[in-house]
Amino acid sequence: MKKGYFDKYGGVYVSETLMPAVQELEKAFNKCKNDKKFNNELNNLLKNYAGRPTPLSFCERLSKKLGCKIYLKREDLAHTGAHKINNALGQALLAKYMGKKRIIAETGAGQHGVAAATAAAKLGLECEIYMGTIDIERQKPNVFRMKLLSAKVNPVSSGGRTLKDAINEALRDWTANVKTTYYLLGSVLGPHPYPEMVAHFQSIIGKETRKQILAAEGKLPNAIIACVGGGSNAIGIFRAFLKDKDVDLIGVEAGGLGIESGKHAARFADQKLGRLGILHGTMTYVLQDKFGQIYNTHSISAGLDYSAVGPEHSHLRDLKRAAYTFATDKECLEAFKLLSEEEGIIPALESAHAVAYALKLAKKMNKEDIIVINLSGRGDKDIFEAARHLGVKV
Amino acid sequence: MSYKKTFSELKKKKQKALIPFVVIGDPDYETSLRIVRTIVEAGADILELGFPFSDPIADGPIIQSADVRALESGINTDSCLRFIKEVRTFTDIPIGLLVHYNLIYQRRIDKFFEDCKGAGVTSVLAADVPIEESDLIIKAARKNNVDTVFIVSPLTEGKRLEKILKNCRGFVYIVSRLGVTGARDDLQESTLSLIKRIRTKTNLPLCVGFGISKPEHVRAVLEAGADGAIVGSAIVKIIEKNPDNKNRMLGELRSFVDNMKAATK
Repeated sequence: MKKGYFDKYGGVYVSETLMPAVQELEKAFNKCKNDKKFNNELNNLLKNYAGRPTPLSFCERLSKKLGCKIYLKREDLAHTGAHKINNALGQALLAKYMGKKRIIAETGAGQHGVAAATAAAKLGLECEIYMGTIDIERQKPNVFRMKLLSAKVNPVSSGGRTLKDAINEALRDWTANVKTTYYLLGSVLGPHPYPEMVAHFQSIIGKETRKQILAAEGKLPNAIIACVGGGSNAIGIFRAFLKDKDVDLIGVEAGGLGIESGKHAARFADQKLGRLGILHGTMTYVLQDKFGQIYNTHSISAGLDYSAVGPEHSHLRDLKRAAYTFATDKECLEAFKLLSEEEGIIPALESAHAVAYALKLAKKMNKEDIIVINLSGRGDKDIFEAARHLGVKV
Repeated sequence: MSYKKTFSELKKKKQKALIPFVVIGDPDYETSLRIVRTIVEAGADILELGFPFSDPIADGPIIQSADVRALESGINTDSCLRFIKEVRTFTDIPIGLLVHYNLIYQRRIDKFFEDCKGAGVTSVLAADVPIEESDLIIKAARKNNVDTVFIVSPLTEGKRLEKILKNCRGFVYIVSRLGVTGARDDLQESTLSLIKRIRTKTNLPLCVGFGISKPEHVRAVLEAGADGAIVGSAIVKIIEKNPDNKNRMLGELRSFVDNMKAATK
């Protein structure tokens, strides 16, 4: 396989001015990922700062209701409330090892922005976050958190004013400031080495899950479900199970208002708009028109509201090692409510997409079958947005 | 006309190349055509034309706004190619394209270059395709006799630089400063050292882009040894600030390009 590729997906599609930075990053990552000192320092941060390992919780009431065993991998309990901290700490530490003083990051839901700002504060780095103005509006609590963490939040009002546009601006900043600045990309997207590097830092989710489910049940689960925007929490949990062919791996995209409506972020489910293309430095499935202009997506959850999917997912789908489906805004909200009521856990709207599909899948399962849902984040950030959709005044 | 012929004729006249850039269809197809005609009449030696893209990561905010205006007016790859055919009815100066890869890829790489040839395109620069990923583009371009232009920056070195220069046809696009497109001051020193370095390695013309907005910038890069100056954002800004008065816009463009061309003589 060509370097930086997952079969035909991935690659490095950036301007010449960014190439030295991408190559410097690749070199530094390859050095640090096998460096004992780096890994000790990172493991210490993950354990004593971020609160890892996160628990694998058995959902007693929900299991009874659905008729099979449901477990949640509780990334919502990691520091800052989502899996994003795993990658943010890994990359911020890498930035420090590279001698960079300033980090920049894009954010959609604000979870990655908060994680990056947190890691920067912890490690004493300057931090600027790019965020679309639509996302700033619907994720106000996270905007305030980033500012509290002394990050500068730069509003992006170009294009669809969401995650895609924030990445455009972050890439431009990086291009202009390559010598001093580290770009802390938040998902398994972008030019090589990002998809591989982010997967590496997130793969701790699956490693823990594997041990925990074997300890709890003495066997592996029948299915693992995760939501897929860029797809970092999904890759993070999938990777430890790739060789376990009996474990079904299922990614859930944002179905928005339904596939036929065209208002969604389902790159795989929409076979007309979702085609192989190049966006933000990588070749993968992208929602686009027939000429290749990128579509603006729609989802109730800002974190899934993105036009391209991580290249490794495209590859896993070709291999039929992972299957991909979608949940609509409506199904997501129902799952959001159900998990809150039955288990006392308010999920992030992103993660609620995975829960929504679990509800469907459970119908086909037997009583002893096991489903693990990667609960990638908590829903505190979403309460105002959810209330608005549910027609409740807060 | 080929790049080779253009540069050798300029040399005979003791001039260097002025290369204005605009986005096709900014602010709309008809006006854009009048803009290009005006720029050519005012003395452009080579045209650099951009295909508008929804997510132009290699460009700055000024060019992105131009892309948005063009796309909102309904421009697509088909109409861009038709546009070039129309430009060919009134000029034979070289036309270089600046395109993001997805637009090439969606048309099929081979067909894109066939269509470029058919429309009269002289060269293509794929803005987000580094030399490492450009094999398919180079192959399709050679097959259709379209030149391939690549960017060299102050950080381009060693084997990568050699490979880029080996595959460049027409001219080398020199970016003397880091960052995306956009008008800037203070060019000479970084340009001088970069051009000195590249000059020893290639006989191709070296054209400097990014940050050239005044006649003194043009003079500065040409004195530093460049063979041409590429002017983008400064021209697009004139289009941007005159949405309601097209005659004034064209007048300003004519005198701007005229002044910039004078600095190449």
